Amino acid sequence: MSNWPLLSVLIWLPIGAGVLALLAGDRWARQISLGATVITFVLSIPLFTAFDSGTARMQFEEIAPWIEAFSANYHLGVDGISMPLILLTTFTTVLVVIAGWEVVKFRLAQYFAAFLIMEGIMIGVFAALDAALFYVFWEAMLIPMFLIIGIWGGERRVYATIKFFLYTFLGSVFMLVALIYMYFHSAQALGESTFSILDFHRLPLGMTAQILIFLAFLLAFAVKVPMWPVHTWLPDAHVEAPTGGSVVLAAIMLKIGGYGFLRFSLPITPDASAELAWLVVLMSLVAVVYIGLVALVQEDMKKLIAYSSIAHMGFVTLGFFAAFYIIGQTGSWDGAVLGVEGGMVQMVSHGFISGALFLCVGVMYDRLHSRRISDYGGVVNTMPKFAAFMVLFAMANAGLPGTSGFVGEFMVILGSFKANFWFAFLAATTLILGAAYTLWLVKRVVFGEIANDGVASLQDLNRREFLVLSVLAVAVLALGLWPAPLTDVMHVTVESLLQHVAVSKL
Amino acid sequence: MTMEMLAPQMTSASPEIFLLAATCAVLVIDLFLSERNRVVTYLLAQLSLLGTLLFTLATTAGEPEVHFSGTFVRDAMGDVLKVFVYVITVGVLAYSRDYLQQRGLLKGEYLVLALFGSLGMMVLISAGSFVTVYLGLELMSLAIYAMVAFDRDSPVASEAAMKYFVLGAIASGMLLYGMSMLYGVTGSLSLVEIRAHIAEHGADNLVLAFGLVFVVVGVAFKLGAVPFHMWIPDVYHGAPVAVTMYVGAAPKIAAFAMAMRMLADGLQGLQPDWQQMLIILSVLSLAIGNVVAIAQTNIKRLLAYSTISHVGFLLLGILAGTSRGYASAMFYTLTYTVMAVGAFGVVVLLSRAGFEAERLDDYKGLNERSPWFAFIMLILMFSLAGVPPTVGFYAKLWVLESVVGIGATWLAVVAVAFSIIGAFYYLRIVKLMYFDRPEETAPLGASLDTRVLLSTNGLAVLALGLFPGGLMTVCTVALG
Repeated sequence: MSNWPLLSVLIWLPIGAGVLALLAGDRWARQISLGATVITFVLSIPLFTAFDSGTARMQFEEIAPWIEAFSANYHLGVDGISMPLILLTTFTTVLVVIAGWEVVKFRLAQYFAAFLIMEGIMIGVFAALDAALFYVFWEAMLIPMFLIIGIWGGERRVYATIKFFLYTFLGSVFMLVALIYMYFHSAQALGESTFSILDFHRLPLGMTAQILIFLAFLLAFAVKVPMWPVHTWLPDAHVEAPTGGSVVLAAIMLKIGGYGFLRFSLPITPDASAELAWLVVLMSLVAVVYIGLVALVQEDMKKLIAYSSIAHMGFVTLGFFAAFYIIGQTGSWDGAVLGVEGGMVQMVSHGFISGALFLCVGVMYDRLHSRRISDYGGVVNTMPKFAAFMVLFAMANAGLPGTSGFVGEFMVILGSFKANFWFAFLAATTLILGAAYTLWLVKRVVFGEIANDGVASLQDLNRREFLVLSVLAVAVLALGLWPAPLTDVMHVTVESLLQHVAVSKL
Repeated sequence: MTMEMLAPQMTSASPEIFLLAATCAVLVIDLFLSERNRVVTYLLAQLSLLGTLLFTLATTAGEPEVHFSGTFVRDAMGDVLKVFVYVITVGVLAYSRDYLQQRGLLKGEYLVLALFGSLGMMVLISAGSFVTVYLGLELMSLAIYAMVAFDRDSPVASEAAMKYFVLGAIASGMLLYGMSMLYGVTGSLSLVEIRAHIAEHGADNLVLAFGLVFVVVGVAFKLGAVPFHMWIPDVYHGAPVAVTMYVGAAPKIAAFAMAMRMLADGLQGLQPDWQQMLIILSVLSLAIGNVVAIAQTNIKRLLAYSTISHVGFLLLGILAGTSRGYASAMFYTLTYTVMAVGAFGVVVLLSRAGFEAERLDDYKGLNERSPWFAFIMLILMFSLAGVPPTVGFYAKLWVLESVVGIGATWLAVVAVAFSIIGAFYYLRIVKLMYFDRPEETAPLGASLDTRVLLSTNGLAVLALGLFPGGLMTVCTVALG
């Protein structure tokens, strides 16, 4: 097993299958896609089972020379942070393919191929250990998503997709300049020019350089997460994207931003991160409180979930950066580890929950072609099974104990208590706000009298939809009741990351 | 001069000599061919280029060689650039055969002019003295002026050719004026001797600086850098697409060589001076090119402004003034020409007799009419925008790397900021192709060879993007 280039297979199998689906045409595209995604998911399981959670070293490493002029290598590997995210990717894509089975009406082959290719690219982002390779995957990811939103999206899709592309492009090009700078700096500091991320981790950098590099990273990752105030592309992109696109966007793409903080910002610029932690914490708290309030007044279901996503991702960044306060004030590792792990759990859990909620909206949209909350009401009367799922996911989104939503939020709040009472206090308002906007959504959409003829004519879930939602329900509950398998695999990695971060590079 | 002394010189210049002889032969043979057999001229022209390619490969220079009293240089950089000139010209002729035939423009003169143009580029690439620089430049330019005006019944084309000619003549005049000043100071036209003179006597000389300014103007005009870019949109727009493709690609290679020979080699001692000038030219080109392109509704004009912005990037590599910087600029030039030919190839593909696919709206819904070629155009557009995994990204990456390498990180930041603006108009073309409904549904009329060529061209951009290492190594070695 160890000699098998597993990560390469996970990256290139879906991409190859995507090309195959394009060639095969609309007739066979779905079957090929389903087969490919299921195989990819099955193949990704050994990443978890054969993973050695006792070490923070990179595992399943592959390295081959790629561009000699840049001494860039095709270098892949996973640790406790990236491995769960890869599994999340392979898992979610299967569901996306099933969810799109009958829903997509035109240009099937291109639709499924875009998702397959994107799956490979996203796995590449998580697995890349070479900054040049990382950047190639990171940017390449935009192309399929640009097309997905633009071709299969809603009315204002063109506006949304161009905004999405330019925003993300804007964020990432400055990261590119930072990476090039470090490439040069490594020649002086380490004796050889390198794009290796692990070498960047031990690259000594002065404070000014660190601050500038940190800001470049912050721009790239904050746009991706997205954090307030660069979040405005997300509601547009989500609303206009087809259901599958929204799911991938919410469940995986946003996580790439969070992952970037852990892989780049914290270890490469630890001093700047500590210095500017207040900024990120502030942005996160604004996201949690202010965006939570914004979510409350939305009239479009997808938009509401999009804003809720931003608020929940605020927790992730809060957990990551509150760690600096905890270490600074108490010197305690446990609190810091708790915060970062809480952020990680929140990422995975949000992947399940937001994906599920977008699928729920998709189920309704496919029937009535409306996302407006006011067009619904009393759905429970005609779709009881669906209503049960919807309520479950809404509860999970509000952070009900026993669901995965609770675990991450609780860990982050607990961690931030050790940093500062007010962080925890403000973060905890999400328990009220989150409950308010999600439960109010459920009340208006699911419960009550049947609002109109459209709702009266609704058909309950078919087998395909039932399958997708029940798989996600199991995942949400499993992670909520027993998060240990997830926290165990990342524990050592997170600890060693924080130990690394605590050592000043100055 | 005895035969023995002449032989190595002749070998070294054999590609140029062969192409000249072959072109004259084509010209004469064409006289005896009827209109129906014009395709023979076309094949002969392609064969001539192929023969020149073989001659070049067979006589590849290991160490740089200087011949003909220092006027002719044969080195690895020149060989690589020449090979690309042949490949681009072969490609352009192949793309344009059908296009010109449908419009009754496939004449022997067109092919001969293209060959003479290529010969001029070769001379320019191999130039070792101001005389050969000027000779090559004029041979190339005169051929291209005539090509732009080739559709003589088209008033737009004539106007474009006239503008190009007048502005080109002024630029040539400036260049000559600059050369004369440099000659006045250094007493030599040979680039090697000028370099030695500056190294010996220092660069602190007002006349030298004056001469440099005019030389830079000449180079900037040929590259199309702002503020010497005025001719580009009109010429690109006015000329038949087949000619635009040629003008947009091959002369860029020659202009890069011209910049290298004169600035990087001959006037190396004045590097701090021309670096400042190129920074201004580069930033202006990036700004004007990218911003004005947004307002265009004609794809030829849009690509013209896109060219200007790419020249800005290319100049960044040159102004870095390091061998890595030169190599990155060379990589940029070569990959840009491949992309530009592809992009104009799509215009050729969509055009047919009596219809020029020049408006952006003509690209609406291309994905429904032909998913494959929409995909090819998608690759080309993302490559021009510099999005991985296409080769355009590595070109930008390398150029940025070389400016960061000389400590000019702010320039890299400016460049990427403008490339975000640039991304918008490339995205707009993708949007038209993929998100809009087609305005017309006529099937694509292009011939098989255009289709095959365009497919290869697009896939090359993708393949070079996945494995850019090879060409990068070639560029590094060529300038090593």
